Formats: sequence, structure tokens, C-alpha cells
Amino acid sequence: MDNQTVIINYGMGNIFSVRKVIERLGFSCKISSSYEDIQKAGRIILPGVGHFGKVMQNLQEAHLIETLQEAVQVKKIPVLGICLGMQLMAAHSEEGDVAGLGWFDANVIKFRINNPSIYKVPHMGWNTLTHEQPDSPTLKNLNIEEGFYFVHSYHIVPNHATDILSHTSYEYLFVSALEKENITGVQFHPEKSHRAGEQLIKNFLKK
Amino acid sequence: MFSPRIIPVLLHRNGGLVKSVKFKNYTYIGDPINAVRIFNDSFADEIIILDIEASKKNSVIDLKLVKEVGEEANMPFSVGGGIRTLQQIYERLQNGAEKVILNTAALQNIAFVKEAVENFGSSTITVCVDIKKNLLGKYYVYSHKDGKSANSHYLDYINQIENAGAGQIILQSVDNDGVMKGYDMQLYENVSKEINVPLVALGGAGEIQDIEKLWKQSFVNSFAAGSLFVYYGKMKGVLINYPKIDKYEFRKKFRK
Repeated sequence: MDNQTVIINYGMGNIFSVRKVIERLGFSCKISSSYEDIQKAGRIILPGVGHFGKVMQNLQEAHLIETLQEAVQVKKIPVLGICLGMQLMAAHSEEGDVAGLGWFDANVIKFRINNPSIYKVPHMGWNTLTHEQPDSPTLKNLNIEEGFYFVHSYHIVPNHATDILSHTSYEYLFVSALEKENITGVQFHPEKSHRAGEQLIKNFLKK
Repeated sequence: MFSPRIIPVLLHRNGGLVKSVKFKNYTYIGDPINAVRIFNDSFADEIIILDIEASKKNSVIDLKLVKEVGEEANMPFSVGGGIRTLQQIYERLQNGAEKVILNTAALQNIAFVKEAVENFGSSTITVCVDIKKNLLGKYYVYSHKDGKSANSHYLDYINQIENAGAGQIILQSVDNDGVMKGYDMQLYENVSKEINVPLVALGGAGEIQDIEKLWKQSFVNSFAAGSLFVYYGKMKGVLINYPKIDKYEFRKKFRK
């Protein structure tokens, strides 16, 4: 089926919840790692939980790196990266000290917390966003004060401010979402974030 | 702005939900899926579901239940009860659980926590520690499976869990369970400043003010409760509920 959303399956990550939200919104989706499915996808979701280095290795072994590069960089298929799926879009991560997909000129670093009694890591729980690209459709029609569910120990640091979609505060401001052209990445889990999260996924599916 | 999580804990026993007092005297509360729907509608931060019979019976929290909850829940949920193999963890995560909670398995073999973290990532693995006070007022780690004291000192054990890489620790006061008179302030003040991973307090909350008090006086950043969410009003009638809070106002109040 054309225009279908493909959730990339690389053997890790909680794909169940993402699929459930998409189906509840009345859209169809397919969980796949096949070259054909990905190249003809209407949209791609890159979910993610786990270790950056290990996941890059999984992607490589499944020949998904070239497949994703072609779909996203050449064909310009809209892609949404979630949590680790967003971090994978960076050029490099401290977690495993390995290269990422390189879609954003950015690095992924561990939280540099000065007061770890208060700001415990992982940053786990609900937090709000500040919008840096008011014209982007991604955060339209939702109340960013409702907050999103985060769970992560690393965060992305982009080199170009124009790529930043939102900031979030946890002892200091970190980048919680990025966006340029067909590529969007969010550090939080919209699939587990009630109404606001569902709206964000809907915005992406309608993009 | 970060806000502390307020987490209902649902105790599962013989196919239904119950609430205990001091780990005994169970009251039947209702159907788990109905409870999840209520927590969806009230935008609960997260939920925890524990099978309290599993360890004793050498069984494990039912996969079908996990899947049913996964189909319903619009928020993260954690499950625990008898989980002791990597395969059991994998199956529960695949069926929609955000985190799994280890208790007896961690007590019996701390290396299993490390192994689970290496396989599924730190943020996925939570360890629950049950704490009791002895006649001299000293805290000790209570083993639910065989009803007695575990070997190590409670602070040593908590440090071992953090060193093993668990992404979160639930610290449960057995003596305060179901009492609804507030959290054990001393216990959480002691532990929370030492622990750098998210720490969930459980046991004793009877009203939202108990949560505010502990948030102000400790470094606990997540608050779980059972009775608070299943009893309602002065007569303590059974009614599953979640505090109606203006989250924005709540976060401002809770800002540190």
C-alpha cells in the first residue's frame, strides 16, 4: 500500500506502543526492516530504546544504514525519530563512541549534571518544551505545557541552532527535538504522552 | 519544567486487583483494565502493576494481562511479580511494558540485575526494595517471598542495585503499606540524597499533601501509592481515582 507508515524494526525498542497509537488514530502502519517496504514508505518512524553503539551495530548488520540513507537523504521520505531513534540521527555519540547516521550535524553526550541528588539520571518523567520553530507543523494544535514523557541519560547537541525544534530544562537547557526538511527527531516518547503525544504523532502522519 | 511523577500502584492477585494493609488484609478493588481506562482518562503520569502472589508461587506476572494493559494504556507502565529470567523480561517489554520491576530475583542474585541492564538498557530495569523496621527501630530489607530479613544492610543493598546499573529504584515501606498516614520521612530523606538514579517512594501516602511534604523534604523525585488512588472520601469507599491537578500549577509548586 502506498503512503504507508513504516516503523523500522531493528530488534530493539518498544514498537508495540508506537503501532498502537498510529492504529488508534486510524492510520495504517507496517513494522518492517525490508528494503522494498522502506523505499516505498510514505513515512518512516525510527523508534528506539537501548544502547547507541549496539543499535548502530544492529542497523549495520541488517543493512539498514544504506537503506535509510537512500530513503531519507535521497528520496526525502519524512522520518520521525523517537528517543534513541532521534539520537541515531546525530553524527556521533559518546555512548559507545561511535558514528551515527549523520543527518544532523550534532553530537550525543551524557547529561553533565552538577547536582545529581536533585537531578537524577536517567531524566525520567514528564517535562515541558519551549518551542523554537513556531512555524513547524510538528508541534501544532497541542499544549506543550501538558508535557511529554522522557527517559534518557544522553541528549543531543546540534551545531546549528536552526535545526532546533524545542528545548527542555533539566538543571540546564538541552535540545529535546530537532527538525530540518523531512527529518524530525524527538527525545521524548510521544507514544506514551497522552493527548499531546498523540497529537504530535497525528501531525507527523498528516505532514 | 520537570515534574515529579505520581504513580498509582495496582496490586494483582488471582485475576483481580486488591489493596493490602502492611502486606496483609486484602480488599478486592476491581478489574485491572477498567482501572487503566480510568487512569488514561485522568492523564496519570505512569502506572505500576505488581502481581503480589507470583514470587511465592514461583509463577510470573501474566503475559496476557501485560498485553491487555499495553493495548489500553496511553502512559508508561511498569510490571513486576516473579520476573527472574531474561526471556520473561523480553516478553513483557515486547507486549508494551515500559519497564520491568525486579524484587526477589535481585535479592537472590544481584548479578542478574546487571545482566538485565546489559541486555535491555538501564532505563528499562527497575528494582523494588521492601523495607521494614525491627523492634529496635532499625531498617532492614524484607523478603516478600519467604517473609524474613535479607542478609545485607539496606543501604549496602541499595548501593549494589545502583552499581549494577538499574535505572530506577522503588523503595517500599512495608510498615506503612495501606496505613495512609504519610510516607516514612526519615527513610526517604536518608536514602534519597545518596541515590543518583530516580527513586520512587511507596508506602503510606493517604493524600496529595503527603507527596508534597516528601518532595519538599527529600530528593525523592517520584511518588507511588496504592490506597490514595483506590479509596475515596472520608468513608474510604472503594473508588479508583487520580488527583485532579492543574499540572502547570502543580509543577510550579513543585519546582526546585
